[in-house]
Amino acid sequence: MRPFEYQRADDPAHAVALLDGDPDAAYLAGGTNLVDHLKLGVATPGRLVDVRHLGLDEVEETDDGLRVGANVRNSTLAAHPLVRERWPAVARALLAGASGQLRHQATTGGNLLQRTRCVYFQDVTTPCHKREPGSGCSAIGGYERYDAVLGASESCVAVHPSDLAVALACVDAQVVVLGRDGERRVPATELHRLPGDHPERDTVLEHGELITAVELPATQAARRSTYVKVRDRASYAFALVSVAAAVELDGDTVRDVRLAWGGVAHKPWRAGRAEAALTARRLSDDGISAAVDLELVAARTTEQTAYKLPMVRGATLTALHRLQEGLQ
Amino acid sequence: MPDPRVQLTVDGVTHDVEVDPRTTLLDLLRERLDVTAPKKGCDHGQCGSCTVLLDGRRHLTCLALAVSYDGAEVVTAAGLDEGDELHPVQQAFLEHDGYQCGYCTPGQVCSAVGVLRELADGHPSHVTADLQQETEASDDELRERMSGNLCRCGAYVGILAAVRQAAGAQR
Ligand SMILES: Cc1cc2nc3c(=O)[nH]c(=O)nc-3n(C[C@H](O)[C@H](O)[C@H](O)COP(=O)(O)OP(=O)(O)OC[C@H]3O[C@@H](n4cnc5c(N)ncnc54)[C@H](O)[C@@H]3O)c2cc1C
Ligand code: SF4
Ligand code: FES
Ligand code: FES
Repeated sequence: MRPFEYQRADDPAHAVALLDGDPDAAYLAGGTNLVDHLKLGVATPGRLVDVRHLGLDEVEETDDGLRVGANVRNSTLAAHPLVRERWPAVARALLAGASGQLRHQATTGGNLLQRTRCVYFQDVTTPCHKREPGSGCSAIGGYERYDAVLGASESCVAVHPSDLAVALACVDAQVVVLGRDGERRVPATELHRLPGDHPERDTVLEHGELITAVELPATQAARRSTYVKVRDRASYAFALVSVAAAVELDGDTVRDVRLAWGGVAHKPWRAGRAEAALTARRLSDDGISAAVDLELVAARTTEQTAYKLPMVRGATLTALHRLQEGLQ
Repeated sequence: MPDPRVQLTVDGVTHDVEVDPRTTLLDLLRERLDVTAPKKGCDHGQCGSCTVLLDGRRHLTCLALAVSYDGAEVVTAAGLDEGDELHPVQQAFLEHDGYQCGYCTPGQVCSAVGVLRELADGHPSHVTADLQQETEASDDELRERMSGNLCRCGAYVGILAAVRQAAGAQR
């Protein structure tokens, strides 16, 4: 591990000031992703600014929803009674991630900003545009099974690994960010970006911007929401494909629906075309399949990733069936 | 710049040490403090053998930088007993042959203690059918909750029996 200076920030503004003037510095939260990257040589910051002691660890009810501090642990958030009742997709996504130990350690902010699990990204002996811009992409033409099928570019085909991010994209959460010029809100659907020519930029955040909170708006649809994760083993594995779904029904007719997919793109994929095709119709298997296919028109697969399309269709059907039956 | 100082209470003993910021909690415990109950398996958060109870919750020590945990209270599998009395989870592992080579055991034991606490606190898991209902310590629940601890020897059957017994004893 490259030597680094360790510093504790006193408050959020102090943390931002410490990173602002220093491109070589990084925030440290639970460390479950960053410390791994320090060991692997994937990250080599000269200074770590510890944000674990800033506070920002409350879950508060607001006029129109819930405000979750960036340092709230994944396990705490998943167990929160209001989250379980009003945003079950969020609780389910958290519970489907990592392990009991890791969820106690991982934070809301850190989870959203964890980096891709692309095997080449994590192996410093291989070329990777995301890790080292301009060096190439080892995934294309290599081991492609986990790669993106939507929104990938010639530069990068990696998927975003966070389960929480997919659920937040589904329930229209806002990410509250503090920067040099004050606070701004970024919709969870727009926090992560597609790779384009700059896969090294995972998100729309500038260097030094600190996530301070995530806001969950209360909606009828979010109350009837769930998360379906498909993976290689029953637990403790990243998603091959995942689906967060929220729906407001009037009998069998869809009044409002939100669908977000994980494991298919460089960001949580909000399936807007599928949502439009499902709205104001009766929920039926044929209707759901047709809506999914409409969204997947733009999909590009290889021999190794072709399995993801029927899988996303199956997971979407499962999720909507569950919600129709009143299950979470 | 001098190395930062860290104060840690480990199994009831307080230590005050200077640490290179790169030191993980696991390496500090094993290499510097001679606390060898937590084991280094993968060193990347993938196996659970380095699990301890940190401020009462199960926690991996291989992905934690020691400097960030100044003031923490750590309990390892070796610090769970009450004098001559084994902790009910330790006792259950003995009775049900919850180990073979024993390498994963300290992590499994700490995780099991954490799992029982989480169940008592009403925390749901991935397999909990209804997030609004009380959770039962069913085999499915225990398996899912213990899934962060891998065992190369495959002692899972004994481990499950042990955790089931400890869960029953607690009720
Ligand atoms: C074996 C294993 C399995 C896993 N399985 C899953 C899984 O199935 N699903 C899943 O979603 N995740 C999974 N994870 C990932 C885990 O959830 C993340 O590592 C964790 O959520 C990151 O949170 P952290 O607080 O530890 O972040 P850190 O590692 O401390 O930080 C991660 C990144 O976020 C930045 N950062 C942290 N906090 C802030 C902030 N407030 N503002 C701005 N930047 C910040 C850091 O600089 C760093 O770049 C797994 C991890 C492991 C090791
Ligand atoms: S897919 Fe992206 S992260 Fe993976 S090797 Fe290619 S450029 Fe790197
Ligand atoms: S050694 Fe920490 S999880 Fe494997
Ligand atoms: S008993 Fe040998 S690794 Fe579990």
